[in-house]
Amino acid sequence: MIEFKDFVFYALSFVLVASGLSVITSRNPVTAALSLVLAFFNAAGIWLLLQAEFLAIVLVLVYVGAVMVLFLFVVMMLDINLDKLREGFWDYLPMAGFIGLLMMVEMVLVFKTKEFNLSPVDDSLKSISNTEVIGNTLYSTYVLPFELASVVLLIAIVSAIALTLRDRKDSKKINSSDQINIKRQDRVRLVAMKSEEKYVKSKTKDRK
Amino acid sequence: MNELIQFDLSLIMPEIFVLSMAMVVLMTDLFIKPSSRWIIYSLSQLTLLGSTYLTGKDFAEETQFAFSNMFVRDGLADFLKMISYLGISLTFLYSRSYMKDRGLYRGEYFALVLFALLGMMIMISSHNMLLVYMGLELLSLCLYSITALDRDNQKATESAIKYFVLGALASGLLLYGMSMIYGATSSLDIGIISTTLFNHPTDHSILVLGLVFVLAGLAFKLGAVPFQMWVPDVYEGAPSSIAMLISSVPKLAAFAITIRLLADGLQSMIIDWKEMLLIMAVLSISIGNITAIAQKNIKRMYAYSTISHIGFILFGVMSGSLNGYASSLFYVASYMLMTLVSFAILMIMSNKNFECELIEDFKGLNKRSPWYAFLMLIVMLSMAGIPPTIGFYAKFMVLQAALEAGFVGFVIYAVMMVLVGMFYYLRIVKLMYFDEPKVKGKIEASLDVQWVLSLNALSLLIIGLVPYTFMEATTQAISLSLN
Repeated sequence: MIEFKDFVFYALSFVLVASGLSVITSRNPVTAALSLVLAFFNAAGIWLLLQAEFLAIVLVLVYVGAVMVLFLFVVMMLDINLDKLREGFWDYLPMAGFIGLLMMVEMVLVFKTKEFNLSPVDDSLKSISNTEVIGNTLYSTYVLPFELASVVLLIAIVSAIALTLRDRKDSKKINSSDQINIKRQDRVRLVAMKSEEKYVKSKTKDRK
Repeated sequence: MNELIQFDLSLIMPEIFVLSMAMVVLMTDLFIKPSSRWIIYSLSQLTLLGSTYLTGKDFAEETQFAFSNMFVRDGLADFLKMISYLGISLTFLYSRSYMKDRGLYRGEYFALVLFALLGMMIMISSHNMLLVYMGLELLSLCLYSITALDRDNQKATESAIKYFVLGALASGLLLYGMSMIYGATSSLDIGIISTTLFNHPTDHSILVLGLVFVLAGLAFKLGAVPFQMWVPDVYEGAPSSIAMLISSVPKLAAFAITIRLLADGLQSMIIDWKEMLLIMAVLSISIGNITAIAQKNIKRMYAYSTISHIGFILFGVMSGSLNGYASSLFYVASYMLMTLVSFAILMIMSNKNFECELIEDFKGLNKRSPWYAFLMLIVMLSMAGIPPTIGFYAKFMVLQAALEAGFVGFVIYAVMMVLVGMFYYLRIVKLMYFDEPKVKGKIEASLDVQWVLSLNALSLLIIGLVPYTFMEATTQAISLSLN
């Protein structure tokens, strides 16, 4: 007889794996993005089962609420030709599938030995709230990686701007210092020329 | 508590300085005209000078830890950091006019390179797998975007995407391996992993699985066979100045994390990683040297030569002795000096309308500029490993260490591969001295570049003649940190 908790775990995992598969197999990118949202929800559910409420909520808020919505926008705005992206899929499948399967079998064999040395979470931590524990370790033990993560984000911003920001070719931007510094001879050219006979004659004709 | 934080901050002072100056560079760029970009350039050089001072001021005599043992400052870290400052400074100097000609002389370039330097410093000083990963990502993200900085160049963009996708995959592999090691030892701290493995030699199938993934990630970052596919494509596609950056200083940082993870953390598993490194080293030396012969593009040739050099560096690491690590350190530092000159000459020969890319472009360099031909000659001899250049001593020490570790057959094989490699290095020499120039015209460079480049190239010869101080410095750096 399986416990209720186990049942929930297997249900969530099944949907997680199924939606993960649908992310990479669906033809429509919007469906793929929405499947990813479903996958995130299920992962959050598994974290809730593990009593990591904070992480579960953050996953939903950040990934589902912000990242995936943005992603959906981008996917909808870009006109992606999926058939071109899928070119060669069947050519590569036998080799890739063979290697993938081989890796999986090997890894399953290794994991069957159950050599993981992890001790269960300390019971004393269970009385404190999840958020508090994460906050405490994040700002004490892990303060250096935490700060470095902020630098990584800064770099992401800088490089995104450096790679995409460019002046518009048709922009009507005015450079005021250029305008002030202009001299008369840059704009006006005085040319000495004779008055044209034809023009003078035709004028006199008109008068007659 | 306060004093503890003060101590931590004092240890990490060079990193804080580089980070703040990178932001200053970023902000200053907004307020100055494009014509006065020299301010940015001088600020970046000042940053490197300042961090050299900060690192040198209290050069670590003993190993010190900060931030709950995540950050380590020891002889190896400070030595590698000093060389990294030098390398980045030379990169800025050599690439100045090249970047100007191509409209890439922008504040973002300098800021991103400084951020990349920060990533390398973190990698060099990390004593925790989490920090190794953070530093690596910091470095890689900067390198990806710098590669694509020349946006309208399709080749550069393509190589940047290639670099990014493969690099992300490699980071994933590394991270997966780390998670396996964490699962087996329940710690991310390299020191604790080392003692746990030493005290409880468990049945370690999971550890070996983790080790394989970690090694795959490291090999990718170093560019060792069979994870070398990105190297030639990225070198060829990226602008020469950026290829120079990718090929030089990051190798120091990658070497540092290899030493920290393998020689320090997974020390007890030496039997396992020795053989894996052996395979990678032998393959790198063979594929690097043999494929380089077929190249027409000099940047691709440099790429394959890098792969073979990485093979030699791995030879030293797999000896598993302090002597072996020290000779690898010597090799990687001298490799950086060589590769900087080789790319710098490439950039001097290019100008606004001409990109020096083909081996043929070196034809008759002696007639156009005997001095640069001579400098290139030194570099080529040094890369080939001909005495009395630094490259010879580097190869000699690495192979000696491998010999002591008992790899006699493989050392003989490596020496034979060096002979194969001589062909393509000496071909350049032949083209320079015995062929008629294809393009006429003088080769011009600003005065400071001329002087520093000459000094840099001559240093290959001078250190080759009197290598003992440099050798002692590397031996000391290694023996101070690993004992």
